[in-house]
Amino acid sequence: MAEAHPVGFQWVMEAKRRGAKVFHVDPRFTRTSAVADEYLPIRAGTDIALLGGVVRYILDNELDFREYVLSYTNAATIVSEEFSDTEDGDGFFSGFDPETGTYVQDSWQYEGHEDSSGSGHTAQERDSAAGLTHESHGAPVGGQTRRDETLQHPRCVYQILKRHFARYTPEMVERVCGISQAQFLELARAWTANSGRDRTGMLIYSVGWTQHSVGVQYIRTGAIIQLLLGNMGRPGGGVMALRGHASIQGSTDIPTLFNLLPGYLPMPHHAEHPSFDEWVDSIRHPGQKGFWGNARSFAASLLKAYWGDAATPENDFCYGYLPRLTGDHGTYQQVLNMIDGKIKGYFLLGQNPAVGSAHGRAQRLGMANLDWLVVRDLFMIESATFWQNGPEVATGEIVPEECRTEVFFLPAASHVEKEGTFTQTQRLLQWREKAVEPPGDARSELWFFYHLGRKLREKLADSTLPRDRALLDLTWDYPTHGPHAEPSAEAVLREINGYDVATGRPLSGFAEARADGSTAIGCWIYSGVYADGVNQAARRKSRHEQDWVAAEWGWAWPANRRILYNRASADPDGNPWSERKRYVWWDAEKAEWTGYDVPDFEKTKPPSYRPPVGASGPEGIAGDDPFVMQGDGKGWLYAPSGVLDGPLPTHYEPVESPVRNPLYGQQANPTRKMYAHPVNSVNPSPPQEHAQVFPYVFTVSRLTEHHTAGAMSRTVSPLAELQPEMFVEVSPALAGEVGLTHLGWAHLVSGRAVIEAKVLVTDRLTPLRVDGRIIHQVWLPYHFGFEGLVTGDSANDLFGISLDPNVLIQESKVGTCDVRPGRRPTGPALLDLVADYQRRAGIVPGQHAPAVTTDNEGKEHGAS
Amino acid sequence: MFRGSLAWEGVSGLGLRTFIEGWPVYRQLTGTDPLGRGAAAKSDGSRALTARTEDADSVARSVCPYCAVGCGQRVFVKDGQVSQIEGDPDSPISRGRLCPKGSASKSLVTSPLRQTTVRYRRPYSTQWEDLELDTALDMIADRILAAREQTWEDVDTQGRPLNRTLGISSLGGATLDNEENYLIKKLFTAMGALQIENQARI
Amino acid sequence: MLPDPNSLYGPLDPAPDAGYENAPPRMGFFTDTSVCIGCKACEVACKEWNGVPESGLDLLGMSYDNTGALTANSWRHVAFIEQPRPAGHGAVPADVLGAPVDAGPARPVDAGPQFLGMPGGQPPGRGTGVEERTDFRWLMMSDVCKHCTHAACLDVCPTGSLFRTEFGTVVVQEDICNGCGYCISACPYGVIDQRKDDGRAWKCTLCYDRLGAGMTPACAQACPTESIQYGPLDELRERAAARVATLHDRGVPEARLYGHDPNDGVGGDGAFFLLLDEPEVYGLPPDPIVTTRDLPKMWKRAGLAALAMAAATVAAFVGGSS
Repeated sequence: MAEAHPVGFQWVMEAKRRGAKVFHVDPRFTRTSAVADEYLPIRAGTDIALLGGVVRYILDNELDFREYVLSYTNAATIVSEEFSDTEDGDGFFSGFDPETGTYVQDSWQYEGHEDSSGSGHTAQERDSAAGLTHESHGAPVGGQTRRDETLQHPRCVYQILKRHFARYTPEMVERVCGISQAQFLELARAWTANSGRDRTGMLIYSVGWTQHSVGVQYIRTGAIIQLLLGNMGRPGGGVMALRGHASIQGSTDIPTLFNLLPGYLPMPHHAEHPSFDEWVDSIRHPGQKGFWGNARSFAASLLKAYWGDAATPENDFCYGYLPRLTGDHGTYQQVLNMIDGKIKGYFLLGQNPAVGSAHGRAQRLGMANLDWLVVRDLFMIESATFWQNGPEVATGEIVPEECRTEVFFLPAASHVEKEGTFTQTQRLLQWREKAVEPPGDARSELWFFYHLGRKLREKLADSTLPRDRALLDLTWDYPTHGPHAEPSAEAVLREINGYDVATGRPLSGFAEARADGSTAIGCWIYSGVYADGVNQAARRKSRHEQDWVAAEWGWAWPANRRILYNRASADPDGNPWSERKRYVWWDAEKAEWTGYDVPDFEKTKPPSYRPPVGASGPEGIAGDDPFVMQGDGKGWLYAPSGVLDGPLPTHYEPVESPVRNPLYGQQANPTRKMYAHPVNSVNPSPPQEHAQVFPYVFTVSRLTEHHTAGAMSRTVSPLAELQPEMFVEVSPALAGEVGLTHLGWAHLVSGRAVIEAKVLVTDRLTPLRVDGRIIHQVWLPYHFGFEGLVTGDSANDLFGISLDPNVLIQESKVGTCDVRPGRRPTGPALLDLVADYQRRAGIVPGQHAPAVTTDNEGKEHGAS
Repeated sequence: MFRGSLAWEGVSGLGLRTFIEGWPVYRQLTGTDPLGRGAAAKSDGSRALTARTEDADSVARSVCPYCAVGCGQRVFVKDGQVSQIEGDPDSPISRGRLCPKGSASKSLVTSPLRQTTVRYRRPYSTQWEDLELDTALDMIADRILAAREQTWEDVDTQGRPLNRTLGISSLGGATLDNEENYLIKKLFTAMGALQIENQARI
Repeated sequence: MLPDPNSLYGPLDPAPDAGYENAPPRMGFFTDTSVCIGCKACEVACKEWNGVPESGLDLLGMSYDNTGALTANSWRHVAFIEQPRPAGHGAVPADVLGAPVDAGPARPVDAGPQFLGMPGGQPPGRGTGVEERTDFRWLMMSDVCKHCTHAACLDVCPTGSLFRTEFGTVVVQEDICNGCGYCISACPYGVIDQRKDDGRAWKCTLCYDRLGAGMTPACAQACPTESIQYGPLDELRERAAARVATLHDRGVPEARLYGHDPNDGVGGDGAFFLLLDEPEVYGLPPDPIVTTRDLPKMWKRAGLAALAMAAATVAAFVGGSS
């Protein structure tokens, strides 16, 4: 965190100053480790084993916050007797279908709800990254559940959890992660000792957790611990995702993602959602409890915002205009389709996949096989010049005279040359004022897309084709101003907030959304950001003039709420758990919830409220159910739906690992998304043969001095000089083993690429003893490319493409490689070297190893 | 010890008395700084010195464009140019602080490496050429319409609606504003392009 | 001539001594390296505010330090010191560490603390007392001009370019400096440096322009963790002493202050530090002494000569214009 989010890290230092103990877990000793109280070196890709060890430690020693766990989580809920665990399936849960490599989730359900999983389409859910739609709401679970408040029932979640993690002992943690038992126990003791009524513990992660083939389950494991310890919905608690870009949270909320519409509404699927009603019902799950019951209003209001007068209840608000998914249309599938010549044109909007995405060579070969490419950026990035300066030009794979891609480079406006909102990592929207005009031809994306849309509509004005109706009926009349006719960002924010169609009055929040076409809302979770016609995101009341929650600085979704599920900061009766941790509580005199934050609960619903039998939607949530977006109002220790690779996290090895999974016969996540494409490959891992061809583990991350793919830092002199060259960090032991010298050169080889880097020999990298072997890990920054003030080979070139099944994020935090002294070969000799490694490793382009590695190939656990 | 410039330039432009009084040696001999190490040695430049943020024409309240912490920035503008970017002390998130990247924001937006004109590379060409912005926009619009024409899918094999083109892709960075993402998604969706992705996937 | 017997050596409040009546409190930096995260925001914020040019694009291999030293083009410099665990200590079994290699600068060597006289001239951390350590440490320190109470650079400057400000800081006046370079060799810390292209001397001004406007120096304002603290020196010294006490209480006995003592060889620094190891480890001289300590003897003669010359000069002026 000190490394990649230094200013956010001031609060960790503040906590440390007040006595907090800071543990840092990372494959390499970083600037965070330098000031942490304890640093735990870990083998990359084994976090579930570590966290699972903590879960076991909590349960074994009964250190959970029992009152919280009983009331606020699903610990007491009884699960179907059809469920069987990975402990009984050698790494498989019940319901695995080896044909599709996915699970049928019926057996995972709560008892009596086996038919309500909505399962049977898990392969399709994987292709559409359906896990993302659960970002703001729970997966379906309906009606009443059976509970055992004594937590003794063998099929209650608490007991299932206990059995599931029973083998995640300190010894096993040491064996899998390479973390000593003493260090592990110190972490477990400190975490549990600093949680409860008076104290809370906080968990912080970043893409070190998400960029894995089991990434969602990493975070699930963290959430389980925080629920068991009562650290959710409370000040100083939580699972904090440190996102890496100024508005990457906003890019998910108002997504430019293939599978989502604004506010986590799913893009419709051609087979699942043929009609508006079916689409809406798949979101709201009729009869289910919780706030997603109002999904119809949110969906109708979005379509109304898109298509205005043309969208009417009679025509289902132009639902028919929406394009339909048929499968996986994610960025990696797209790139493979580019290589295969299926895609004509590609827009890159402030993004540099030639450096920043996994398998850089595939990215560049894809871009070299387009009809046209539009790059909008501040700088001439690698993704704009691959045809001229890319490494494939040097190897002869891309010949400029034979590369047909037509490239448009359009300069973009910087953050001070336009106005608008960023949504930062805690869901806070902050408006930026424009300081100066952009230089020359530089323009904002707002300008580009508004005027592009205007031109398209002009060109199609006389069209009678049905396919053009969606463009022609689109509401696209934003006011413009200034010398370049810049569209008004405030007008767009107003549409995002939503308004009353008849009067134009901005809505005060999503509770005003209606399903009858009387409201239009661009992104329902952002509704309220323009309440009272005031740009709430532009609020800048000084921190010196308000309390520590600082509710009048910017605006957080939803409803300017700063801590989600904050009903849990009070006990079931509505009183603070302790004076020290007072945050939101029930004021019995006024008969309402009150506190420092906007209560995440219906304001006047008393703690004693119990829903009538059969109640659905918000009415179905009891007065002591804090997790109001979940179908049962509970925090899910066990996820009966919504997580495609299992209701509980399980340690799987990374897709590329030198180690056989010590816990299960199943080596890696059996449901991961794999691509059998000639350009893609996976280095062999046990139990496959030839894993020793790539004996070392490599991991990549950021340096403080650079930003992502480098376009905003390698081009900036005072940053470029601070980290001027690509390097690889190796331990002294590995340097000795391989023959590397400090500041000399090394090259690293994977089944995809070979890259070179200067060597930094440092004790910050340490060999680990894993399952009786010594595992060497090396670390690389991923910021370098071939353009800019400082250049170097790109670490991401080493990776292949394997994705997490829930959200289709690539495993780019861990892979295997060989490390050799000296510089890499150049020209065709470079390709020969990679080919030689592929041959020795038995890699056959276009084929991937079977996902199932148990002797019985998972068949015993199949759905049939 | 006497310190101070013994240069004679500029004497003619000054009255003698003014010159002598302004001469560091005179100040040193007659003032409170007999060693000439402080007040007496202060140059005209030093006396006129002021923080350039003091005479900015305007200050915009902004947010750092790098990571997602969301540090407040104040952007100082003089004569239409960014003259300084520094942390906003009012921000409850950052308390006026910035990391090296945030601190380099002025260098970022004023970098001489920034491209400020449209560049165009024809198919099979070995070099860039110039292009008018409006021409580029027009050409891009034509290419979008052509790609839709070539790859449009009305219905699937069972006659269910698809309303889409798989001939167009987009990958956005996560430094785009919410308002921009909103228009991007809205326009692409209306044109039937659904392969719209973002750093948020990566 | 000397307004204060300690004008050249010993404890002194330098601004009143330099002729400022009603001077504001002496301002300075307290750099607490125990909370430094080595982000280098100070280096960048300084360059952005002061327009300091690039100082080279070389990978130095000195841990994460690619700045190398305080120079004319780097007025803040973050040193990184990797202190490896000695063989036989730490969590990693000896066989894991394998055979020692002599490749890295961060390897333990036998030499004890020694100061080679050129700060930043070699990778900091090399040859220090790692034998006593049982764990790996990564120390970081943002170094800067010390703004000495007795600033030799200032005292030897023949042009009056270097001067003492009303805040007690030491500043090079770029409109006066003629690039003679006397100050370079005078600095006991090796801070001040000549810029190759223009020959003039440059160093930290403690953002003199910002101070005049009541603002905080750019580096201190940017510092995410308050490692760099700016304020009245008296307050900073109190705060620093309390911080050392706190760290001692928390089991960090190696915490100590550097440059805080008005009785040291430079009369105490306007920019002082909390360190977690010997100064040499960070590339700091253990016992700096103002190089002009013995100047008074020389001044007696030099002063008389200069007075005579000045008188002659004024006479020439008056004569010339009449």
